[in-house]
Amino acid sequence: MRWRYIKQHAFFAIVRLAAFSIAAAIGAFLVYILVNGIGAISWEFLSEHPRESMTKGGIMPAILGTFYLTAGAIIIALPLGVASAIYLSEYAKQGPVIRIIRVGVNCLAGVPSIVFGLFGLGLFVVFLQFGSCILSGALTLGFLILPTIIGASEEALKSVPQTFREASLGLGVSKWQTILRIVLPNALPGILTGSILGVGRAAGETAPIMFTAAAFFTAKLPSSIFDEVMALPYHVYVLATAGTYIEETRPLQYGTVLVLVALVLGVDLIAIIIRSYIRKKKRW
Amino acid sequence: MKRKIKETIIKNIFLFIALVSIVILALIVIFLFIEGIPVFKVVSIKDFIFGIEWYPTYDPPSFGIWSLIVGSFIVTLCASVIAIPLGVLSAVYIAEIAPPLIKEVFKPVVELLAGLPSVVLGFFGMAVMAPWLQATFDIPTGLNIVNASMLLALMAVPTIASISEDALYSVPQEFKEASYALGATRFETIARVIVPAALSGISTAVILGMARAIGETMVVLMVAGGAAAIPESIFDSVRPMPASIAAEMGEAPFRSDHYHALFATGIILFGLTLSFNLIADYVSHKFKEVGSATL
Repeated sequence: MRWRYIKQHAFFAIVRLAAFSIAAAIGAFLVYILVNGIGAISWEFLSEHPRESMTKGGIMPAILGTFYLTAGAIIIALPLGVASAIYLSEYAKQGPVIRIIRVGVNCLAGVPSIVFGLFGLGLFVVFLQFGSCILSGALTLGFLILPTIIGASEEALKSVPQTFREASLGLGVSKWQTILRIVLPNALPGILTGSILGVGRAAGETAPIMFTAAAFFTAKLPSSIFDEVMALPYHVYVLATAGTYIEETRPLQYGTVLVLVALVLGVDLIAIIIRSYIRKKKRW
Repeated sequence: MKRKIKETIIKNIFLFIALVSIVILALIVIFLFIEGIPVFKVVSIKDFIFGIEWYPTYDPPSFGIWSLIVGSFIVTLCASVIAIPLGVLSAVYIAEIAPPLIKEVFKPVVELLAGLPSVVLGFFGMAVMAPWLQATFDIPTGLNIVNASMLLALMAVPTIASISEDALYSVPQEFKEASYALGATRFETIARVIVPAALSGISTAVILGMARAIGETMVVLMVAGGAAAIPESIFDSVRPMPASIAAEMGEAPFRSDHYHALFATGIILFGLTLSFNLIADYVSHKFKEVGSATL
């Protein structure tokens, strides 16, 4: 009898160890980045252009570029994603059509980011002749985060109680009006959370923008959506791997990594906090 | 009557938009093939996949991606060895063992891990892990299979943990109660009832986690070392497919054989991850527990 409980204790200890080692790994990682990066952060670093073949100066163009690309991606993915989710959750009946769409969305979610890069290169840069620019990059990133937005929106729509819809339909309101006035407003916070997670994803991706939007260095800030931009993730990659000053620019690299991590995790954290707040406040 | 027509139109608009994902998937396939197929004019499909010599810039060049495929599989397998136990055990911890308060904190931590940009992990591997590995094991380079696999495992853990967790939650409460009623301990219930009942979901999680690892680019680009050769030990460098595409596309002349060969590598990579995803989808539907029997 005792033996069975000893086994249980041993098993629980292993499970706790596994879980806490993950938490410890991410904690140690974040602390390390913070300690090494904080020294490089200054107002000049955040607001100036890079100087002297990127060994001095700031990362402002990269921050701005990442902002443009991410904003573009969300403008493209949000309407498509929410509308797809509305179809899947409100209109579709169980059957082959919905099954195919679901498998398609799952497969799209599993496409490697570098393949999105190739696709963006083939379609937007070469075939449609946009060239390497904000538009190509934003479209590529937008398609990349589409499955994330669909998944989150669908979950949000499904969490609106069926009785809300029935009450509205019972009053003679049409289905479309019900979705627009009853279902969507109630699902909105959940949809927003999902979109914010999508923003974090788009801001941190490197491979899809390597051939579609990102530039090693631009002397001027972009003036239209057909200009190349610098971007934070690509900047980290370039500083860490290319050029002859890899060791000298380590502080700049840590600084850029810290800005990128703070941006992405900050955005994710906001989404997580909003979500837990919604869950607690839920009235139904 | 007019209202009915309007409703039908609206419904079809939404259906049309929902099909966009399928259209994008189709466009990805089409453009990979348009840009990738031309390489098979200079190399046969068999030599392309099974050729072990990848010298795309030599004269004459040779386009054999076998060592890249092997590289991809080795880092993925090594990453799985680390990520599967960690991911599944974390899921068991969150779903069955953790007190509510710790659960509240732990779940977001795993989500944050999922949100870490891969380039940041790659940078960490280059700047911190590689020098450490090199000094500790006294090896020529710290940019190798071990380093890349450890970081890839970190990227696969959130996928495995969160999907496994959903699978564990979906095991009916009655199963657990019945097991306790028979006098089983919590451990016995988890090991013999809950985990077996959730096995299809856990398998799906594992497959999707591996798919994530095999398609991951920045980590293997920065940390795997980049040697296009069949590795002999886990401290050797490799050049997985995504790394090869990302590193060389910038230099390959537009629409050269090299350029087409990189797109063709993309086709192989896409085919691999697509089949992983389809298998995961099949497993999760085919072996789904259909609920508990009632009296």
